[in-house]
Amino acid sequence: MRAVIAEDSVLLRIGLVKVLEMAGFEVAAETGDAEALLAAVDEHRPQLALVDVRMPPGFTDEGVRAALMIRQQSPATAVLLLSQYVEERYAADLLAVPSGAGIGYLLKQRVADVEEFIETLRRVAGGGTALDPQVVAQLLVRRGGGPDPLERLTPREREVLALMAEGRSNTGIATELVVSESAVAKHINSIFAKLDLPVADGDHRRVLAVLRFLDGTP
Amino acid sequence: MESSGALRRALGWAAAHAPWSAWAWRNTAFTAAAIPPALPLALGFLLLLTAPGHSPVPLLLVVALSPFLTALQRDRCWSLLGIDIPPVVREHPLRSFRGLTERLRSEATWRQYGYHFLVSPLAALGGGVLVLTWAVGAVCATVYAWSWALPGTTGPGWTRQYDVLTAVGGLLLLAAPWFAALLGRLDSGAALALLGPNRARELERRVEDLAESRAGVLDAADLERRRIERDLHDGAQQRLVALAMNLGIARATLPGLPSEAKAVIDEAHREAKEAIEELSSLVRGLHPAVLEDRGLDAALSGIAARAPLPVELTVDLPARPDPTVEAVAYFVVSEALANVAKHASASRCSVLVTRTANDVLRLTVTDDGVGGADPAAGTGLTGLRKRVGSVDGNIMIDSPRGGPTTVTVELPCGP
Repeated sequence: MRAVIAEDSVLLRIGLVKVLEMAGFEVAAETGDAEALLAAVDEHRPQLALVDVRMPPGFTDEGVRAALMIRQQSPATAVLLLSQYVEERYAADLLAVPSGAGIGYLLKQRVADVEEFIETLRRVAGGGTALDPQVVAQLLVRRGGGPDPLERLTPREREVLALMAEGRSNTGIATELVVSESAVAKHINSIFAKLDLPVADGDHRRVLAVLRFLDGTP
Repeated sequence: MESSGALRRALGWAAAHAPWSAWAWRNTAFTAAAIPPALPLALGFLLLLTAPGHSPVPLLLVVALSPFLTALQRDRCWSLLGIDIPPVVREHPLRSFRGLTERLRSEATWRQYGYHFLVSPLAALGGGVLVLTWAVGAVCATVYAWSWALPGTTGPGWTRQYDVLTAVGGLLLLAAPWFAALLGRLDSGAALALLGPNRARELERRVEDLAESRAGVLDAADLERRRIERDLHDGAQQRLVALAMNLGIARATLPGLPSEAKAVIDEAHREAKEAIEELSSLVRGLHPAVLEDRGLDAALSGIAARAPLPVELTVDLPARPDPTVEAVAYFVVSEALANVAKHASASRCSVLVTRTANDVLRLTVTDDGVGGADPAAGTGLTGLRKRVGSVDGNIMIDSPRGGPTTVTVELPCGP
């Protein structure tokens, strides 16, 4: 599988290349800014683009804007964003673009846990979703106005919902919470019922459904 | 007690202004010195009334002399009584056209004319009367000596007329210092009020200057915080992440290591991750990047997500406020939520951020906790108050025992 990297810190880029190679990717291009990234995606048509959010020249959200363009112009390329802080609207923006490819949005420091990070890389490249727990926590912050349907969930159901929004599968959630998979499935059905969400197949659409409810925008 | 104190004070004052005291001579000198500066005006009036054609030109000369006269009167106050009348600050030199119009439009100029045309003649008159009092007193009190010393007189014979004259002279000599003190007090008071700058206006200007310089200092501090945050983010933190990642790679790729070496790598990996965590929270306390990039709403949702209790967040801002005000608002909410988590034993909390019609950023943090928050006791609330006060904001804390607690902060954010 081919991957491209856009990260302006050279130190980090070297490490990321190593990790990608460990995960079985072939790094087709390394760039330091958004324009070069878009050109590289155009040229190599990779399965995965690993993108830093803050890049030259503006050092604000160049990576997010590049990721949105990649999703529109190169629907087969999955995008994994790395950021120094998480901003849930970036995730909402990215998921709002209809695309079959995987999407991920993680805090930069998650790369330190190499094994987990490799797992995430593979999941996203395979069409799955990976949202940082901090993004999910921010999505669960209740916005003012109107009654809050989250109130109806039990604490355990809220935990399950949070893990679902991160992009975990039923097996992943069961392992995390140390319960059986059928218990997880029961919780999920109950959540969908309480939140009035359509029951959907597949991890990515599940996340979409959760996000649509949490944010209201996608 | 009180009346005896008043009596002592009165006696003290009388003694200090007695004819033989230094004060008597200072006041006399001061009052007598009022005469020369009034001479040009007297001359002007004299010419106006007596000269053929009654030309007002000499009086206009007094007007033109006004700055010089003002300086003279200020010197008189300072050198003879030690009273310092600060000069009126002008922005432009007198010789330029703008300087001229500035002086014509300034009320300080008209106050000075008031002194030169009204007070100065009266003071000069008073000075003249005082000098006369001293002189007549001295002559009368020593009338026997004169009568004895002057040739052609019969010498010291006691007469009733001379007795009266001596007594009157003595009284005049005794009265003169207090008369001088009175005149000196009136004249210096008028000079202070009319020749110096307007105190209220002066204070107003100083307040403006201080507000401006404080805003500058705040902005500089805020800029510095942001610079440090950038440096940490783009420098130290990236290096630490790279280090932690390399240690993670080492852990994953070196399975054949002896267990001690593996333990050391594990430990280093864990510590590197903790260091990143610590650095992140430090940077958040300084000035979070998300605040600068995306504004209050995004930054506050981060705080709300990290809070250990459910927080309902409503941010309703049509436009981003000034960066300094934004930073204070972020600090206020962050600190208030930390206080709620520490002390309130609350089960939920809400944060409301709005901008009112009169350009005030209003933050309301409400919790359903135990209440009883005392702004005088907690260091957290004192810190909040200081930070809010630094931008002329208001903080109101409503926290009855048993709760709930509402903290409302209003920050002016300009037009």
